[in-house]
Amino acid sequence: MLSRIAQSMFWIGRYVERAEDTARILDVQTQLLLEDTSHPEETTCRNLLAIMGVEVADDVTVDTRFMLEQLAYDSTAPASVAAVLAAARESARRARETLSVAMWESINTTHRSVVTGQFRAQGPASGFSWVRDRAALINGAADATMTRDEGWQFLILGRCLERADMTSRLVATAAYAGGVGAPWTSTLRACGGYEAFLRTYKGAETERGAAEFLLLDRLFPRSVVFSLNRAEQCLDNLEAGGRAGFQNDALRLIGRTRADLEYRALSDVVADLPGEMEKLQLTTALATESVTRRFFAGSEGTNWHGGRI
Amino acid sequence: MDSMFANYPGGQGAAYDEMFDGAGPRPAYGAVRQTLDSMTRAELAARVEALQSSYLDQGVTFDIGGEERAFPLDILPRVIEQEAFVTIERGVAQRVRALEAFLSDVYDTGQVFADGVIPRRVIATSSHFHRAAASIRPPNGVRVHVSGIDLIRDDAGEFRVLEDNVRVPSGVSYVMTNRRAIASALPETFASHRIRPVAGYPQRLLAALRAAAPAGVADPTVVVLTPGVFNGAYFEHALLARTMGVELVEGRDLECRRGRVMMRTTNGPEPVHVIYRRVDDEFLDPVHFRGDSMLGCPGLVDAARSGQVVLANAIGNGVADDKLVYTYVPDLIRYYLGEEPVLRNVDTWRLGDADAREEVLDRLDELVVKPVDGSGGKGIVIGPAASRAELDDLRVKVMAEPRDFIAQPVVQLSTVPTFIDGTMGPRHVDLRPFAVNDGSKVWVLPGGLTRVALAEGELIVNSSRGGGSKDTWVLAGTQSGAPREEVTVTARPAEPPSNGPAIEDLTSGRDQQEQQQQSRDEWGGDPC
Repeated sequence: MLSRIAQSMFWIGRYVERAEDTARILDVQTQLLLEDTSHPEETTCRNLLAIMGVEVADDVTVDTRFMLEQLAYDSTAPASVAAVLAAARESARRARETLSVAMWESINTTHRSVVTGQFRAQGPASGFSWVRDRAALINGAADATMTRDEGWQFLILGRCLERADMTSRLVATAAYAGGVGAPWTSTLRACGGYEAFLRTYKGAETERGAAEFLLLDRLFPRSVVFSLNRAEQCLDNLEAGGRAGFQNDALRLIGRTRADLEYRALSDVVADLPGEMEKLQLTTALATESVTRRFFAGSEGTNWHGGRI
Repeated sequence: MDSMFANYPGGQGAAYDEMFDGAGPRPAYGAVRQTLDSMTRAELAARVEALQSSYLDQGVTFDIGGEERAFPLDILPRVIEQEAFVTIERGVAQRVRALEAFLSDVYDTGQVFADGVIPRRVIATSSHFHRAAASIRPPNGVRVHVSGIDLIRDDAGEFRVLEDNVRVPSGVSYVMTNRRAIASALPETFASHRIRPVAGYPQRLLAALRAAAPAGVADPTVVVLTPGVFNGAYFEHALLARTMGVELVEGRDLECRRGRVMMRTTNGPEPVHVIYRRVDDEFLDPVHFRGDSMLGCPGLVDAARSGQVVLANAIGNGVADDKLVYTYVPDLIRYYLGEEPVLRNVDTWRLGDADAREEVLDRLDELVVKPVDGSGGKGIVIGPAASRAELDDLRVKVMAEPRDFIAQPVVQLSTVPTFIDGTMGPRHVDLRPFAVNDGSKVWVLPGGLTRVALAEGELIVNSSRGGGSKDTWVLAGTQSGAPREEVTVTARPAEPPSNGPAIEDLTSGRDQQEQQQQSRDEWGGDPC
């Protein structure tokens, strides 16, 4: 498979997942700001922006509207759902000849609704649920129509890395929210795992239980460990391992982080959740870099700087 | 300005209007009114439409005669001030404590009869008194784990108790779904109030059910027992099981073995310790009750008696919400608790008493007559609205079985503006606050189900009679409670997720270059 195509597949997986997760986070946070007026708007919005990696100067007034622009509607803000969906469509366009028609169309239609302003016009609540629906449609179309070749492995690898990254950010929002409201409940809701959590833990809602579920559960598809496991599988499928050790850097990184999470005592991990989550995000970033070096090298295009020296 | 309430006649009729006091809106409704006034009729209609379709999508439905319908929810919420609700909380909790004491007495020594507070025949003739439940002692003493005490607001605005429900009160699921739906339909109004949340109900209920578990069971298994998908309240059973994270079982999923109740799972039978049952007494156990019942599980009552399983609510609770017993409840509160009732009853005649019967039969056309064991508004005859033939029919029935009826004056239920056919009109409402008893405290859900009779002038609010509902907001007091802690933790800025080539390219120059290439190709420019 061409490196360039592989790269596109990887990033389609990441962008679609990122759009979905951002919408999930925003949905729950806006609902929370609305329902529970004890949440100070500015701090909550600022924290969320910081966790999503958006830098905001101190003298800017941050309110819900500003946050929604940055994370949902403004297509020039790199973290917004609109920009991410545009990027997903852009990646899909570059791999269009390899994508199934169903998948291309579902991505393209989604992007069209953003461009024509339908996404914004729907308003937050139904807009975010629309993004979730579209992501499910795109993933479903991929699942139903793609052959399980290398391209598929890259798509899933991208999705899983992104999911681990996003779940870690979600856990960080809950850790920062402190004792106000029910941050873990809303975090679980954002993952769509609230009911699954309640069933697993027999209705006993504890912060510890929620952190354990989101980080370590081996059966919940949005938990960090589940996502990292899947990512490892994908890498393993891409490059069959030898008899000893692992040759692939990304695999080493992911495996080490996963093992670190799984084999340490939970109380140890929970002690500094934001710090741990930052480490996790660093792992996904490094893994992405090494996947890029190993598989996509050269597809970046060489930059010629004629006459500039 | 074309106010939504321009032609609203509230506050001038006989009934107490909760929004208008004749001159203007009451202070609690100020913000609600402002939002609705700032909206055009078309906008409001659009929101109402969205509300209904969201209920159909979510499957928030109610079964009427086998037809599944969206539960009608009105867009204008009902607002109750914190002060009024404190009284309701106290009154409901007091009533539940008294009924608990009464039930444990009735199914034990019956001291209350010996002391002459209530005649034994009132209990003995109740169709809900079950000898099978005698001397079953629940481990933590609770029989009324969940109750719904129906309240109305009379002409003077005072809350009064209309009836008690301590068997299987339903409707709490609508309290939770109504809140979510209204929050997204009226976000502006919602944000400008401090409303006490209702979403914690399932966790409270679960805690109470776990607290009721048989002695010695550290980690009890709780299940919700439903009659099945064809039951009118199936939606509620599923919602409670889902939000509590417990299994929803049907009778056929359970079996009793050697006094223990087991549920059939893929891993073989697993023990069940607490059953929150939504099946009526008569259907619960074919061994003791109706032998033809397919909804229950044979042996359940014996298992409960042996203390291996706890039924919530307990069997035989029906004696306490019998409408005839209702007339004695104020006396029961004084007898068991030594307190004066916080919430008064509606004046009631017992038709079993010869004097009362005589008076009522004379005034049948101006009173409301209710069967004592009816529910869902069945069999109620409202004198002023009834025809001659209906009244004659009723007279015959009352003469034949006077024990089966009570009579009350026609109470004008309070009204709240309700959006019907494009305009606001006064409609009568009641309130069912839900209380959960975990053995140490009776907790009252801040809010409750407001049921509204959708036909003009109609006084029966039951959903099986075409009633709808309103979201019920209990405003958090400004002075009460500890000062809230503010979030001061600020998040460390995290690295953004890797942007990837597409986002970078969308803002870099490469696409222009590729476009240039394309335009040169189209014009048939230099061959490379």
